[in-house]
Amino acid sequence: MPGKLQDYVARIEDLAREQGLRYHPIDFELVPPSFMMEVAVYGLPVRMPHWSFGVRWIYQMVQHKMGHSRIFEVVFPGNPNRAYLVNSNSLEENCLVTAHVLGHADFSHNNALFVRSQREAGDHIVEQAAAHAQRIDAAIEAHGLRRVEAVLDAALALEQHIDVQYPVSRPDYPPPKKQAEETAPKEPFQQRFLDLPGEGQAVPAPALPQEARIPPHPEADLLWFIARYGPALEDWERDIFLAVREESFYFLPVFNCQIMNEGWASYWHARLLREADFLPDELYVNAMKTHSDVVRPYAGDSQIALAINPYHLGFNLWERIIRDHGLEHARRAMMEEDDFGFIRNYLTADIARELDLFVYEARWDGEVRVTESNLHQLHEAILAPKYNFGAPRVLVDDLRADGTLVLRHDHATDGRGLDPQRAQRVLEYVHRVWRRPVVLYTIDAHGEEECLRA
Amino acid sequence: MSLSDTLAGEHGNRWYDLFSRGTRDWLRHNEKIREAVQQALPDLIARSDVLSRPDNRTVQVPVRFMEHYRFRLLTPQQQQGAGQGKAEPGDVLRPGRGQIGGSGGAGGNDDGGVSFVMEFRVDDILDWLWEELQLPNLKPRDAASLDDEDYVREGWDRKGARSRLARRRTLKEAVKRRAVQGRAALPIVNEDLRFRQLVRRQQPSTNAVVFFLLDVSSSMDEQCRRLAKTFFFWVLQGIRRQFARVETVFIAHTVSAWEFHEEEFFQVRGEGGTQSSTAFQKALEVAAERYDPSRYNSYLFYASDGDNFMEDRHRARALLEELATRMNFLGYAEVSSRHHQRLNTEVGVLFRRLAELGAPCGSYAISSEADIWPAIRAFFTEQADEVES
Repeated sequence: MPGKLQDYVARIEDLAREQGLRYHPIDFELVPPSFMMEVAVYGLPVRMPHWSFGVRWIYQMVQHKMGHSRIFEVVFPGNPNRAYLVNSNSLEENCLVTAHVLGHADFSHNNALFVRSQREAGDHIVEQAAAHAQRIDAAIEAHGLRRVEAVLDAALALEQHIDVQYPVSRPDYPPPKKQAEETAPKEPFQQRFLDLPGEGQAVPAPALPQEARIPPHPEADLLWFIARYGPALEDWERDIFLAVREESFYFLPVFNCQIMNEGWASYWHARLLREADFLPDELYVNAMKTHSDVVRPYAGDSQIALAINPYHLGFNLWERIIRDHGLEHARRAMMEEDDFGFIRNYLTADIARELDLFVYEARWDGEVRVTESNLHQLHEAILAPKYNFGAPRVLVDDLRADGTLVLRHDHATDGRGLDPQRAQRVLEYVHRVWRRPVVLYTIDAHGEEECLRA
Repeated sequence: MSLSDTLAGEHGNRWYDLFSRGTRDWLRHNEKIREAVQQALPDLIARSDVLSRPDNRTVQVPVRFMEHYRFRLLTPQQQQGAGQGKAEPGDVLRPGRGQIGGSGGAGGNDDGGVSFVMEFRVDDILDWLWEELQLPNLKPRDAASLDDEDYVREGWDRKGARSRLARRRTLKEAVKRRAVQGRAALPIVNEDLRFRQLVRRQQPSTNAVVFFLLDVSSSMDEQCRRLAKTFFFWVLQGIRRQFARVETVFIAHTVSAWEFHEEEFFQVRGEGGTQSSTAFQKALEVAAERYDPSRYNSYLFYASDGDNFMEDRHRARALLEELATRMNFLGYAEVSSRHHQRLNTEVGVLFRRLAELGAPCGSYAISSEADIWPAIRAFFTEQADEVES
């Protein structure tokens, strides 16, 4: 049976290349379902230990036992890509999954965000994450579980708070300019301008050299800031923060392109299997049954869903884009967009109507009511949970002379304040590694400024 | 491309079969829960209905999954989302909870509300509690008077009763002798025989008896009984911790008193008024009949809402004073939902008088779960003081 699958895999890959899919080689591996479940929970095959993963894992186990969730494949972009297939799935399912994986590999090889992240975080994320895990194990050995756990509590709680505008290996803020300005050679024009009578003395030198404010601008990358500027962190603690940050750089494009990426892979598994005339009819029919399970919008017998299945939405959008604009156009969109652009540019009113998409409002007492909405509101309802890596915008505002870390929540952008209990707990996590006061400004339910301290 | 069903041939062991990271982290989570529960223990046990399964030496405590906190926005009054399906604007897809006939059972959407039950061994809990609250261990009030004579084995002799023959010792002697005598030796001769010796030794008594007296008159409502039950339970556990053998006597009373088995004791429900003296009388009778004060450490706990017939006052006081001479300690737990007259009740005054006489006793007002732990702590610390003074 593996022999047969191996044969099909090779032929499906040939077909994919003929269709213009371009990707790094893929290492396929058949693994038991228990392993699959762990990969789904940890997001990576080998990842640092933390009790919070244990909670997610038990949820997943319960879901799995109740038959609510099935994991078909996981693929990690890189060179080579690493794809895991479940060894208990049928040949039909695994043929489908293979074609699906090729779609993902093509996507991650060409999409701009993925390309950038692989250039930044490296294209061996699986190995890098395993190395992080190993370093953290060594830290536990050296400093004890409790201390390492305290650092991971803080670092993983801030997992989403990175800034991918800057590179992974980001330099410190430039030093204060006071000396540099005086000694640096002036531009020729500037020099001549200063030489004009009366101009040289016009700029009075500041009486006291001004201390450069740190950070010079509000800083979104909390993990980096704490690792670089934490006044009392030990080196191994900084290392853990940077390890978590590096993994976040890998996870961000996965998160930001989920609808496109799953849609693209679903489109290609359907198309490749349809064109794979070497597959027996029966296998094709069975594989297509699985396909329709994966891309169907509703769970169970229900005819209404309060969440949109990204496989379903992405698949339908790509089908229409390719039908209406051709494959070349679609490939370009695949390379250039993320979910934000994809939804705004390609989810038209017609498609929304065709797919019966709607906006609803859930009240505090549990009532869920469908609301009147326009296309823009629909876009926002789909995209709202995806902004800023799904996290509130919390920025470093100031590092005071006494070492106090001042955080400020950008409530104007987020539209409301932070949940104070949770925020307080996060501050306590941070305080344990920052070891100086930590302050956070946000607003309460009435819009009044609220200051939390730890 | 390599497609391998098993990696055993290629890369050695399938490393992921060797352990489960999910299990590892899940166990660590549970460990943290245990620690957290341990810290909140005094609070938790006061709340939980610990006596529901008296034979089982475990307590079940419902706990929630621990949350790894992150920054999150306040939950707004209204939250928007995108859905899919045949629905028109204005359709209500899910009724609010405020509506009549709403789906009460179909809930479970509150996130973070998942809880599971953890079982703790009572012995572990006691160890934690004693450590956490730094409670002293109980001591026999007066060790000298509590001596208990017993025979203990000590040494060997060549003569003795057949029943005390030490076989192993005898055989060892035979082996030694044969080693000296060589081949012709007999297997066992009379000189080899060794017998265990017994001597009389005085031993401190490790027996204890605990009398639980409960007022079951109509004024004792469900809440009062629950408080009494919880208080009794933890006191008993604490005493059990100290003595090898603990016997219990359960006496319930209204205007007369009866002895009960533990199982029935808390279910007993009486009618009418209260005459505490009947219970004290009963306790005295039982103690005289079955528990010799020289062989038993005796404790008595009385739980009542404090009401007692005025006419009973003198009789009750006399009996209490007599009890005080026999007991290591008398404890009075006033369980009442009324806060205003803490220990200023008829029975409360009785015990206060007793304390003024210098008898070993203590009174505890318990009107809510929060009072239980301080009461238990007070009992054990007072006990230690009594012993030292």
